[in-house]
Amino acid sequence: MSSFLLQKKSKRGGKKVEEKVLEEKFQIVDNYLVVKVPEELDHHQAAYVRQYADKYLLDGNIEHIVFDFEHTKFMDSSGIGMIVGRYKKVSCFGGKILIANAGERIRKILLLSGLSDMIEWIE
Amino acid sequence: MKKEMKLEFDALPENESFARVTVAAFLTSLNPTLEEVEDVKTAVSEAVTNCIIHGYGFGYEPVMNRNESEKKEGEENKIPKIYITCSVENDTAAIEIRDKGIGIENIKQAMEPLFTTKPELERSGMGFAFMEAFMDELFVESSPGNGTLVRMEKKCGHSFRKAEEE
Repeated sequence: MSSFLLQKKSKRGGKKVEEKVLEEKFQIVDNYLVVKVPEELDHHQAAYVRQYADKYLLDGNIEHIVFDFEHTKFMDSSGIGMIVGRYKKVSCFGGKILIANAGERIRKILLLSGLSDMIEWIE
Repeated sequence: MKKEMKLEFDALPENESFARVTVAAFLTSLNPTLEEVEDVKTAVSEAVTNCIIHGYGFGYEPVMNRNESEKKEGEENKIPKIYITCSVENDTAAIEIRDKGIGIENIKQAMEPLFTTKPELERSGMGFAFMEAFMDELFVESSPGNGTLVRMEKKCGHSFRKAEEE
């Protein structure tokens, strides 16, 4: 199961576990926020990504966001909404959205939604 | 022979994954391709998310933010339900997803790509468009106050069957 679910458990277990999970899922490299997208990016999981990505955007000196789809097997329109929402935030200040390691399925869904003008692909 | 299953579950975001995986598992008797399975899972996910967010108007708030102490007594029992009926016959899968929520006033408008009534929740407005794109048939029946029924059909397992025949 997705390690995003771990966050729910960690709420009871203390804050340290949550911080560790967050560090694994969200990394800041220079002025890029690198988000490791969960295994299944649906409405439920998109809410977590949105919440934490925005927290990092507020805190840090972040210009661009990289969504790393390496471990993602499923995405629906909630994921699209989440990506478009982040695009709106970073693009105000000239930021970019980069999509890394997207499989065929994820690619198909992103293109079907007409996101090709908003994003850049990296392998 | 027609085979059927019924599913009734709480309209909660954490059940979206359960719903799509269960429907996909039921369809295995059609011997669908991987892509067909993914198509069905996406379409089911869209329909179920619609029931939760639009039909029943559940917010976007992640589970972890819900305050246990704020829950009123007996609230657990008030969670509305989503009903799925799924059948397979020959090479066609038919999936019906129903809620008893607020219903849709203008179905045609609701089905337009990028149209959404909840932009503040970052909905992309692509739900019905995805269902249409990934399934063969899509019927929507709804009126205000009477819930919504989404019926989808898809022929599955063609390539397998052809390979077997040859």
